Amino acid sequence: MIIPLSWLKEYVDIDITPQELEKKLFDCGFEVETLTQVGGDISGVVVGQVLSLEPIPDTHLHVCQVDCGSYGQFQICCGADNVQAGGKYPAALVGAQVYATAKDHVTIEGLMKIKKGKLRGFESHGMLCSGVEIGLNDDLYPGAEYCGLLVLPEDAELGKDIKEVTGLDDWLFDISITANRPDCMSVLGIAREVAATLGKPLKMPATDWKSDGSVLDDFKVSVEAADLCPRYQAHYVRNVKIAQSPAWMRRRLALVGIRSISNIVDITNYVLKEIGQPMHAFDLRNLEGNQILVRRAEQDELIVTLDEKEFKLNPNNLVICDAKKTVALAGIMGGLNSEIKDDTTDVVFESAKFMRDNVRKTSRALGQHSDSSQRFEKGVDEFATQLGLKRALHLIDELECGSVTDSGFSEAVTGDPTAARALTVSIASINALLGITIPDDEILRILQNLDFAPSIEGDALHVMIPPYREDIENAPDIAEELIRMYGYEHIVPTFLAAASVTNGGRNAQQNSILKLKRTLAAQGLYEAVHYSFYSPKDFDLIRLPQDAPERQAVRILNPISEDLSVMRTILAPSMVNAMIRNVRRGNDEGRLFEIAKTYHSEDAHPSQEPEEREALSIGLFDGGKLNFFDGKAVIESVAQAFRLEFTFARPENAAKYPFLHPGMCAVVLLNGEEIGWAGMMAHDLTDEQIPEHAAFLAELDLTKLRPYLNQPIQFAVLPKFPVVQRDIAILVAEDVICANLEASMKKSCKSLQKVQLFDVYKGKQIEQGKQSLAFSLWFRSDDHAFTDAEIDQFTAKILKNLGKEFEAVQR
Amino acid sequence: MEELIREMRQKIEAAAASVTDSKEMYQIRKQYLDNKSGKISALMKNMRDLPPEKRPAFGKVVNELKTWALDFFTSQDSRLKAAELAAKNASETIDVTMPASAFRKGALHPNTLIANELIDIFAGMGFTIFEGPEIENDYYNFTALNTPKDHPARDMQDTFYVSPELLLRTQTSAGQIRVMENAKPPIKILSPGKVFRSDDDATHSPMFSQMEGLVVDKGITLCDLQGMLDVFARNVFGEGVKTRLRPSYFPFTEPSVEVDVSCFECGGCGCRLCKDTGWIEVLGAGMVNKKVLENCGIDSDEYTGFAFGMGIERIAMLKYGVPNIKMLFESDVRILSQFNE
Repeated sequence: MIIPLSWLKEYVDIDITPQELEKKLFDCGFEVETLTQVGGDISGVVVGQVLSLEPIPDTHLHVCQVDCGSYGQFQICCGADNVQAGGKYPAALVGAQVYATAKDHVTIEGLMKIKKGKLRGFESHGMLCSGVEIGLNDDLYPGAEYCGLLVLPEDAELGKDIKEVTGLDDWLFDISITANRPDCMSVLGIAREVAATLGKPLKMPATDWKSDGSVLDDFKVSVEAADLCPRYQAHYVRNVKIAQSPAWMRRRLALVGIRSISNIVDITNYVLKEIGQPMHAFDLRNLEGNQILVRRAEQDELIVTLDEKEFKLNPNNLVICDAKKTVALAGIMGGLNSEIKDDTTDVVFESAKFMRDNVRKTSRALGQHSDSSQRFEKGVDEFATQLGLKRALHLIDELECGSVTDSGFSEAVTGDPTAARALTVSIASINALLGITIPDDEILRILQNLDFAPSIEGDALHVMIPPYREDIENAPDIAEELIRMYGYEHIVPTFLAAASVTNGGRNAQQNSILKLKRTLAAQGLYEAVHYSFYSPKDFDLIRLPQDAPERQAVRILNPISEDLSVMRTILAPSMVNAMIRNVRRGNDEGRLFEIAKTYHSEDAHPSQEPEEREALSIGLFDGGKLNFFDGKAVIESVAQAFRLEFTFARPENAAKYPFLHPGMCAVVLLNGEEIGWAGMMAHDLTDEQIPEHAAFLAELDLTKLRPYLNQPIQFAVLPKFPVVQRDIAILVAEDVICANLEASMKKSCKSLQKVQLFDVYKGKQIEQGKQSLAFSLWFRSDDHAFTDAEIDQFTAKILKNLGKEFEAVQR
Repeated sequence: MEELIREMRQKIEAAAASVTDSKEMYQIRKQYLDNKSGKISALMKNMRDLPPEKRPAFGKVVNELKTWALDFFTSQDSRLKAAELAAKNASETIDVTMPASAFRKGALHPNTLIANELIDIFAGMGFTIFEGPEIENDYYNFTALNTPKDHPARDMQDTFYVSPELLLRTQTSAGQIRVMENAKPPIKILSPGKVFRSDDDATHSPMFSQMEGLVVDKGITLCDLQGMLDVFARNVFGEGVKTRLRPSYFPFTEPSVEVDVSCFECGGCGCRLCKDTGWIEVLGAGMVNKKVLENCGIDSDEYTGFAFGMGIERIAMLKYGVPNIKMLFESDVRILSQFNE
């Protein structure tokens, strides 16, 4: 919200610098986002008077002798057609900064520094400026848009800074206003705060007017939808003379970024900015049937707004109608059919409170916004509604642009909008919340400055809450008013002086997730964080079939884009994308993991909270050396860290993992339950996305794993009798599974403590289709030391069973 | 006799002279000194053939030979082994300036590092950790936090909805309600997690992380809030860092404050990081709104509390000097590898 300092000064005496005021506002809760001087870009331009001028032959230029008061007299060449001896103009001295304009002398192309120059052999020590060149327009300074020199008043003091002469020394405060203070969304609203913080009186704008005594016969205003419009006021003004607004009003509107249109329209905009009340003016001749009706729109009702856009409405939208037609989209924009025109003579001014939520919804649904709708969306108070109308009528009077009549209409479901609300709070409860004691006289001073009419009776603090302060409801609200004005620097830090001692920290589950992360980091993996949503195309990326359960995802109703519209059911696509991103950036290898939620629901737009499961995604990639067992080692490190044993098995249906190599993929099991999958990325996927690279992908369901993550440490006493090791080598068919051989061996001999594969050979020296596997076997008994003969027996039995079950032959 | 001994000495010396290998030397030693088959041992056996009176003298001479041979072979062995070791070491000498083959340690995400740091600080003050759902219902995310449907504060946060009732939580504050509904004061919780807002540009990410803190007990004051945040600021940003409260607005706290920390880069003198203000905005906080306590069935006359919430990425960016929030979600290994604990 932009507030010009000069406008603010109309309501409160400000005797501090703009920078000091910025600090004061900041301290009481109004952050000034930017503080700029209107003519902040302009420097070194003063009032100069052309004493004499000589035309330069064969050009449109003149050589002028310019008196710049205390700065001296300079020779300046000038090409403007309106330069005259004796005229006073802005003179940019050497070193000055002004706007550079295009050939049209209107379009600003940037800034320029004035240097000493020579034109046609004549030295020029500066430049005489147009209004545009010093950042003015007709609204800011009448005549400023003339395509020549800006003519200054005859009494302008020579050598005086042009900014002081033309109002460019004014300051603009761009203030951010928190959502609880819609009453401050106006110059008057900020003025109240400034008055309170400076302890100065607030000078209210004049709201009186003279009536011409006439009335509008048989005119009726009614509100059908009071839930959306609790107050609707209107007033009839006749004998309107549409003309240009006075310079002071145009200037103020220009400072806040509004272009002047005509006196009547300008008054509505002025009241919006000054009081914070959006206004509207209807041309009476367009209101049929002598009535205004506020109602919900009918289904598919049409309206064409002032900007000539047509909208189809529904009963969620509020409209203003006459007896026959719709004349405005309430709070958003007037209809084209009742627009103020140059020949308008009779006007009905509207000042209403439309509910913020309804205006916001209609405005969003239709994509139609205006200064008015943006103001209504924040919430307008009814104090402003009545004040705004009075102020508009005063301005009609003051500008002499019409006769105010006695025909005023007010439809309201609420009481007196100017009445203050009584509230009594306990001073002790305020001090208890703040933790400090604000002296009673300070309490009274602050609340008096805020116009809360305070009084103290023992612990009771009585206040009368001004009607525009709808945010004040209870003691904490009063506490906030006090501390923001008293100053947060009075808060004395304490360390939970009164609180109970509690036992803090992560719980076991939270600790185990942190341990899991550290385990993976110790395995050389970097933790990644990816968005919780991705594109439906990401399912295609990993080649999931159309009927894959992972495609049944929760979807965002209002996504930023389709790329961020589907809640993740599987983390793998994000991991694949991360690998693609890395490879494209020239990172040839990497080891990544992510721990995140996946979301599961049968319904894309569920009404019950979807199930959130936690998953671990692993992605390893390199230039081609990586193999399945590199990844398997990472997964086994997780098992080891939590004292668990995972088993790996060929998936029953490898087609469930179309993104994995069908011969190099596995399901991961814990106690026979499937907890995830792992495998090398399918060749077609690597070839397409990360050619020349190899990648390993895995995903574990941590929700399934969680119950097992806190297994206690179980100590085993060291064996009494020695362990005997034997190695065996066997020849079996290539498709025989190692885990099955191991299981058979363990079944054959209960003294076999451990089996470990240590060599695999396939090649010329053995029969095609076969593999040679070498295992180390460890035998141990709890009651005696084995003899060689016993071990020979064990291995014989093991080999016999391997032979029977797998046609294995000892090598 | 003497002749025989001298001859054997010469033979041993001659045999050893050409030997360069300690194993070969051992074989020679065995030829002479092996208890069973050694040539010196054989001499001893010859003693039986001598008359008894000559035996002591003979024995003495052979023993002297044996002692000499033992010393001789020991010294030869040491000499050869030293040479062999020197040769082995020389042959194995490496260029220690060549790159290490060490396994590269991985790293936790900066968000995890910051969250851990915060959890450790607040755990020490008695906070437990609560993690709520990421897909929340409207009630917990807004309504119970004193932000009813028509509240303009909802505009402060552009919300992703998955259905009319459910949304992606816009703030970890949603967890406050879940905790307060189920626990009686004293409550001290820290609630980290992902939050989502419909904002995607150079400085905003549609997903980011927050850390929410909540204390509800008897006699909790605004002074306690600042005291606790001072501890936080010193621990995270360094000794000597101060906090500053300034008025702000959140529907679920009253009074509400923005909390700035004095710039840890310039010490408050003004620099690029603090945009010459000497202060850096790090979090929002306030006294828990009476209405929020009441919504959760907590007696607001008996208990007061404070809450604070901060953006984890913001802290990470400030602390590590990461210029752009988007970098934290790109998984570029050149970025992630820098956050080794």
